[in-house]
Amino acid sequence: MSETEKRKQRTLAAETWRRFKKNRLAFAGMIVLICLVLIALSTIVIDLVTDKAIYDAYVIKQNLRMRLQGPSKEHIFGLDEFGRDIFMRMIWAVRYSLFMGTIAIALSTIAGGLLGSLAGYYGKVTDNVIMRFMDVLLAIPSMLLATAIVAALGTSLTNVLIAIAISYVPTFARTVRASVLTIKDQEYIEAARALGASDSRILFKYILPNSMAPLIVQATLGVAGAILSIAGLSFLGLGIQPPTPEWGSMLSSARAYIREGWHITVIPGLGIMITILSLNVMGDGLRDALDPRLKK
Amino acid sequence: MQNKEELLSIENLTIHYETDDGVVYALNDVSLSVKKGETLGLVGETGAGKTTLARGVLRLVPSPPGVIKNGKVMFGGTDLLSLNEVQMRAIRGSNISMIFQDPMTSLNPVMTVGQQIQEVVEAHNRRFSKEEVIKQAHAMLEMVGISADRSSEYPHQFSGGMKQRVIIAIALACNPQLLIADEPTTALDVTIQAQVLDMITALKDRLHTAMLLITHDLGVVAQNCDRVAIIYAGQIIEIGTLFDIFKHPLHPYTRGLLGSIPSLNKQVQRLSPIKGLMPDPTDLPAGCKFAPRCKYAIEACSAAEIDMHSINANHQVRCILAREEADDE
Repeated sequence: MSETEKRKQRTLAAETWRRFKKNRLAFAGMIVLICLVLIALSTIVIDLVTDKAIYDAYVIKQNLRMRLQGPSKEHIFGLDEFGRDIFMRMIWAVRYSLFMGTIAIALSTIAGGLLGSLAGYYGKVTDNVIMRFMDVLLAIPSMLLATAIVAALGTSLTNVLIAIAISYVPTFARTVRASVLTIKDQEYIEAARALGASDSRILFKYILPNSMAPLIVQATLGVAGAILSIAGLSFLGLGIQPPTPEWGSMLSSARAYIREGWHITVIPGLGIMITILSLNVMGDGLRDALDPRLKK
Repeated sequence: MQNKEELLSIENLTIHYETDDGVVYALNDVSLSVKKGETLGLVGETGAGKTTLARGVLRLVPSPPGVIKNGKVMFGGTDLLSLNEVQMRAIRGSNISMIFQDPMTSLNPVMTVGQQIQEVVEAHNRRFSKEEVIKQAHAMLEMVGISADRSSEYPHQFSGGMKQRVIIAIALACNPQLLIADEPTTALDVTIQAQVLDMITALKDRLHTAMLLITHDLGVVAQNCDRVAIIYAGQIIEIGTLFDIFKHPLHPYTRGLLGSIPSLNKQVQRLSPIKGLMPDPTDLPAGCKFAPRCKYAIEACSAAEIDMHSINANHQVRCILAREEADDE
């Protein structure tokens, strides 16, 4: 088989991957994220295997004599205000930020995507009812909305998830609706209809795949935003409760000690920043790679 | 030709677009028929209602603002206008297919061409297994002269002419009895136009498909059609066999159209265009719609609606003068 024939037979996934690899920055972002996911998974496994022995001994065990000690050989990120190892806490906290952010955004992408595409596709009354409701949600600052939901439902992991998912739904609904509106009038939609395609087929096989690009970017940016929101809620004391490690709550409790030990605020902050940066550059690269029209 | 069975017959079809700025009288009382296996050319200026007619047959008139006011679209004994959406969907693509004007935008950019052909086959032949569907899709691609290896490529990897061939493959994938081609070659350059048209004609003959060919190119009509209908301001003004229309045009508009094509065997300094513009479809003149531009117009033209007048079994014209002329003979 010649080189050109091989090229033709590549699948969409392989083609996307080939183009994604060319973008160095996005690739680096992806490596960082993969490392974070591996870290998160390994801590979960360690907890299961050791029955939380390591968690109890290193992550939440306090040692007040050593509090606020700076980075050293034994404790590379130093110790926090209760003498807990910041490195261990950072590692154990990855799962909350990453997985909760992803799950929350997955929920709101599905809900927002569905609502937005229905609104855009059917128009008229459907559009008005859905979008006016979204406008109401948008009128409330998302952080305030999430805070209100958590305050009303009580602080728990699931409630934080629900709160963040709901507060991101309007953004997704708007994005999807806008792209559905432009794609709906394309000639290939009419052609599909002339060939006997049903509404649901047109919506799911023609309109949604074509409006994916903005949705993917929005979703990766959204995960970054959701991680910040989770951190923010924890910072306000509404998210993950101490002593469970979470970057936002670590940052929050550390801020009182910033004069005595800079490392305890800077390190969780850096963690949040690096994760979000990686997500953003990867999202950007993914969008470019996924669009078959940009294929060279 | 006469004894052939009628496949599609449109009776008094009237479609209006009810916009905020007034009612657009896009199609007024149009009647025509397509027989099995024949090609009917529908010729008219931009805005004459050609596309509305095509969409009307498939019930794809965007609504709102489009409203089918009146009429029947009989296809193989059933009135398409009385079917519900699900029944209509079963007809689109399997019994009646449509080819659109612009091949560049008529294919879904995120699906491979193979998948797009398979989709139609699958939608209308639920009993087919996956292998049969793929086999049929590959066969269709080969039939329009594209190698089946290219079925996993995306539309943007094809040239305009090849895209139009893919579209034709999709349209013919379920062996439709009627193919509606809405200016299938307008967006292509002349050499490709000829190729695509030859191919459509060859496939049509092979599959015994009837075709409604919508165009404003009389050359295309002369090469491909058995019968021709001329549409003006939402009305059929003359209909007849290819010979009738090209050799004995009766309506002044048809004559004007034919007079405005350059001829190779006559020495002409200037072409004679039809003066003026089509009437505003929101405000059509009474009587003959062409009267304001017609150099033979008399008072009677604008007095009342003009009926179709049969010259012979195939040839009909909507013009007072042509009727008198024919009566005199």
